[in-house]
Amino acid sequence: MTLQTVLLVAAALFAVGLYGAISQQVVVMVMMGLEVMVNAVLLAAGAMWWFLAPDPAGQVLLLVVLAAMTVEMAAGFAVATLVHRHRGSDMTDSATDLAG
Amino acid sequence: MLLDVAFWVLGLVAVASAVLVFVVDSMARATYALALSFVAVGLALLLLEQSYVGVVTVLMMLMEMAVMGVYMVMYMGMNPALMPMSMVHDNRAALGVSAATFVVLAAGALLVPWPVRRGVPAPDVTAALGEALMGRQMLVMVVVSPVMVATIVTGVVLAAGRTRYDRFGDDLDASPPRDPHRGGVGR
Repeated sequence: MTLQTVLLVAAALFAVGLYGAISQQVVVMVMMGLEVMVNAVLLAAGAMWWFLAPDPAGQVLLLVVLAAMTVEMAAGFAVATLVHRHRGSDMTDSATDLAG
Repeated sequence: MLLDVAFWVLGLVAVASAVLVFVVDSMARATYALALSFVAVGLALLLLEQSYVGVVTVLMMLMEMAVMGVYMVMYMGMNPALMPMSMVHDNRAALGVSAATFVVLAAGALLVPWPVRRGVPAPDVTAALGEALMGRQMLVMVVVSPVMVATIVTGVVLAAGRTRYDRFGDDLDASPPRDPHRGGVGR
């Protein structure tokens, strides 16, 4: 287990999450993609902490990533509820009001 | 050696189950696959001596996946364990973008001359984290806390079906309030 191998796994996780976030039509599935991406960031940050600078400040950064994950989830569920209430569906294709 | 094997198994499980999230044909299976991916990453963090963050990741994500399952049942309007589903758009473009992203990130991970480790971990990393949060790094938690509160308020405002602004107007001066059924004591 080296920094490079952990980062490789994190890169694979990030790419899979990115695929989901781009390709999925259901809001909850898009959120799943985003979650996988943040999960990859968490793993990569943990590896950076352990292999480069095992200082307590690095662990605090991991907690911030976890907090960001929580905020994303809570706000995402609220938006999904709003979209479902107004459009009767939870598809991203039905919420393109801000599309350029 | 044992540590290496454990990490590779966990990494493989994490990536494979993340792929399964977008491959399986039911929402329930996708949720279980995502939960498995999170558990694998949480255990990998434990291998990196992140005992607190690893355990928190596992516990938090298992609960989050349970909530997600409830949302799917609510919004998908079907039996999530039985109904096959494939709802994707721009599949080829998404595959191309994610593959290119992996190549770039993997190249960065393998080609960057990473510096040597600086410092040694504290004997008890969890205690060191607690002391950092209560000491030099307290500003981080001071910032995160109001963000969490703001998220709660945002969630309630967005998810609420009818708030006081819907009942009393933007200036809260509509009288009587716009209610679907007249209530109260006849005022």
